[in-house]
Amino acid sequence: MKKVFAYPRALTKKRTHYCPGCTHGIIHRLVAEAIDDLGIQERTIGIAPVGCAVLAYEYFDVDFQEAAHGRAPAVATGIKRVHPESIVFSYQGDGDLASIGMAEIIHAATRGEKITVIFVNNTVYGMTGGQMAPTTLPGQKTTTSPYGRDTATVGYPIRVCELLSTLDGPSYLARVSVHDPAHIKKAGQAIRQAFAMQVAGKGFSLVEVLSSCPTNWGMTPTQALTQVKEKLIPYYPLGVFRMTEEVAGDDA
Amino acid sequence: MERVMMKGNEALAEGAIRAGCRYFFGYPITPQNEIPEYMARRLPEVGGVFLQAESEVSAINMVYGAGGAGGRVLTSSSSPGISLKQEGISYIAGAQVPCVIVNVARGGPGLGGLNPSQSDYFQATKGGGHGDYRLLVYAPGNAQEMVDLIGLAFDKAEEYRNPVMILSDAIMGQMMEPVALPAMRTETTEKPWATTGKQGRSKPNIINSLGLVGEDLERINIELQAKYARLAAAEVRYETDGTGEADLIVVAYGTSSRVVRSAINRLRQEGKKVGLFRPITLWPFPKEALASLAAEGKRFLVVEMSAGQLVEDVILAVNDRAKVSFFGKLNGTVPTVREVYDRILSSLPEGGEG
Amino acid sequence: MTHEMVCAGFGGQGVMLIGQLLAYGGMLEGKEVTWFPSYGPEMRGGTANCSVVISDQPVGSPIVAEPDGLIAMNGPSLMRFKGVVKPGGVIVYNASLIEELPEQPAGVRLFAVATNELAQEIGNDKVGNMVALGAFLGLSKVVGLASVEAALEKVLPERRHHLIPLNISALRRGWALTEG
Repeated sequence: MKKVFAYPRALTKKRTHYCPGCTHGIIHRLVAEAIDDLGIQERTIGIAPVGCAVLAYEYFDVDFQEAAHGRAPAVATGIKRVHPESIVFSYQGDGDLASIGMAEIIHAATRGEKITVIFVNNTVYGMTGGQMAPTTLPGQKTTTSPYGRDTATVGYPIRVCELLSTLDGPSYLARVSVHDPAHIKKAGQAIRQAFAMQVAGKGFSLVEVLSSCPTNWGMTPTQALTQVKEKLIPYYPLGVFRMTEEVAGDDA
Repeated sequence: MERVMMKGNEALAEGAIRAGCRYFFGYPITPQNEIPEYMARRLPEVGGVFLQAESEVSAINMVYGAGGAGGRVLTSSSSPGISLKQEGISYIAGAQVPCVIVNVARGGPGLGGLNPSQSDYFQATKGGGHGDYRLLVYAPGNAQEMVDLIGLAFDKAEEYRNPVMILSDAIMGQMMEPVALPAMRTETTEKPWATTGKQGRSKPNIINSLGLVGEDLERINIELQAKYARLAAAEVRYETDGTGEADLIVVAYGTSSRVVRSAINRLRQEGKKVGLFRPITLWPFPKEALASLAAEGKRFLVVEMSAGQLVEDVILAVNDRAKVSFFGKLNGTVPTVREVYDRILSSLPEGGEG
Repeated sequence: MTHEMVCAGFGGQGVMLIGQLLAYGGMLEGKEVTWFPSYGPEMRGGTANCSVVISDQPVGSPIVAEPDGLIAMNGPSLMRFKGVVKPGGVIVYNASLIEELPEQPAGVRLFAVATNELAQEIGNDKVGNMVALGAFLGLSKVVGLASVEAALEKVLPERRHHLIPLNISALRRGWALTEG
């Protein structure tokens, strides 16, 4: 009988610490499935961020380094330069990547650093308790924008894929969402594509995953997924922003 | 062995290459630019990687990645740039990743100036970043030691899985002296802990400095302190010159030790009993050696290009058993031989003439 | 014995190079040597100088405050350093740029070399520094002429090696001024 559903080999059996309804678990699974699918578990090295995914190294069954806040692309660069044949990915949130780590992500992208970045955008600092992020929507209430994000005083959200698409270095940039099964399927394909680019020796690849944070948004998981669909996607349009050339990335 | 004239910065860079360093990440800042420029030219010739990072912050994090992945990796900078690297250095120390960091120090605080200075002593020897950690710190006193100590630094970094700092300064870096270069090393150290990809291992390797659970962090720190104790017991280095018969011992490292040596040579010609004690490791500090000299009744004079940093370690080492006086130069200026000569003369005990 | 020297002049007159040749020549004779450049804002125009120490024992300070020898390639350099040259020392100065004979410091030998004119005679006005160095070697005998000639090959980059014979002619021309 053909097995149609199995636990990904690239995930450990450890139970995650994520809040109920958080989409990190789904994204972890998509990353692990891509690693399994491409047959690269033995040569993959991950970089964990500072943020909710700080313990990612406990959940992926691959070598890992823990980076300082925002520095994952620099750490990934160091690893990739030592082991060019390895597959190196960073897993970063919006505060980590688009605020404190903006210099690192832009320069890794423009160097065409042959790494893959999984960028989880939930428009809020989750780990520290729901503060305003660089991607917090206009008017969105957080603990440090209690009256709603006022663009007149704190400016506008950053659209990372659009920003990076001005550079020549990236080989693949895509924004996806995980708010319903159809989108999860597409997100999985994009993540697989991003890793396949690296396997094929192409430049920098990044997938921005629109994600929910029911805990810090003060919503039920279902309400939060609706929020992604109705509020996030209109501001952060889904799509492929850079595709130098499609690669199948069959490694096995 | 054939000697060649090299600038200290270039001698250090070539010494690193010959010690097997194959990765360099850095950011331009004066007066250390000869090091990245030399590496940019030389590393591709030996199959290595030179990368100019977008900032010192990124450079040290590339070092963390490369060192964690098992590479022999170097970064260099100068004082303001070393301040920027402190975040990464703390992570590297916490995660026990080997690497070598060079500080070609200049005057501060703030933007400071380009002149040589020894005012980063505290930063180098007392941690520098957050948390309870130590670097092994070497202070070369000539171009040959630039070569010798950078080689040793890589070995010790890997032996102890700890960052090692070379604390140099603008004079040590710019001065040319004869050096004998060692042969290119080819052997590599086994690093079963490095992130290489699992490749047949049943458990992944994790490079990490996180200890969210209190007891975990306590255990990590106890381990670190035990390592520092081993390091302190085994790795102290210093040079003495005429300390046995001296009435007064001048303590100085790096550039100031060179000026002191000239002054002492003059004084000895005049029959004065003056010795030089030159710490080569600034951490671990050679406190036992100084303590036993203090027990013999010696007096000490500390000469440094700072407002008084090394002198604190000397005072701690002699622990009230000896008189310690101090001569410091500020603003990135180097003491002249005559100034040091005069100062030693006035510090000599009565009847100190031989 | 320890000899301490300063070579000074405008940027572009090649004072760093003659300092390096002195040091390298000393090293080839088995001595301990240091060469230390003035650097920083001074490098961009204005005067440049380097300190050279040649000794039988390990060198202490690489910064020379009271030299035994001075090569001054322009007026400001001569004015800056002539007062600190030790008694018994030697000053070679560039008479092509320093017309007025400076006051002779007590106990110091002052030696004028028309470096520009002599260099032009040799056929390249860039080798004035070598003429001055040749004269300094002839007077101070701190390093043998042959050692400095051998040092040229080490100090000059390979793309300049075709100029070595020219530099040797200039060194010898300067040395010859001090003979007889």
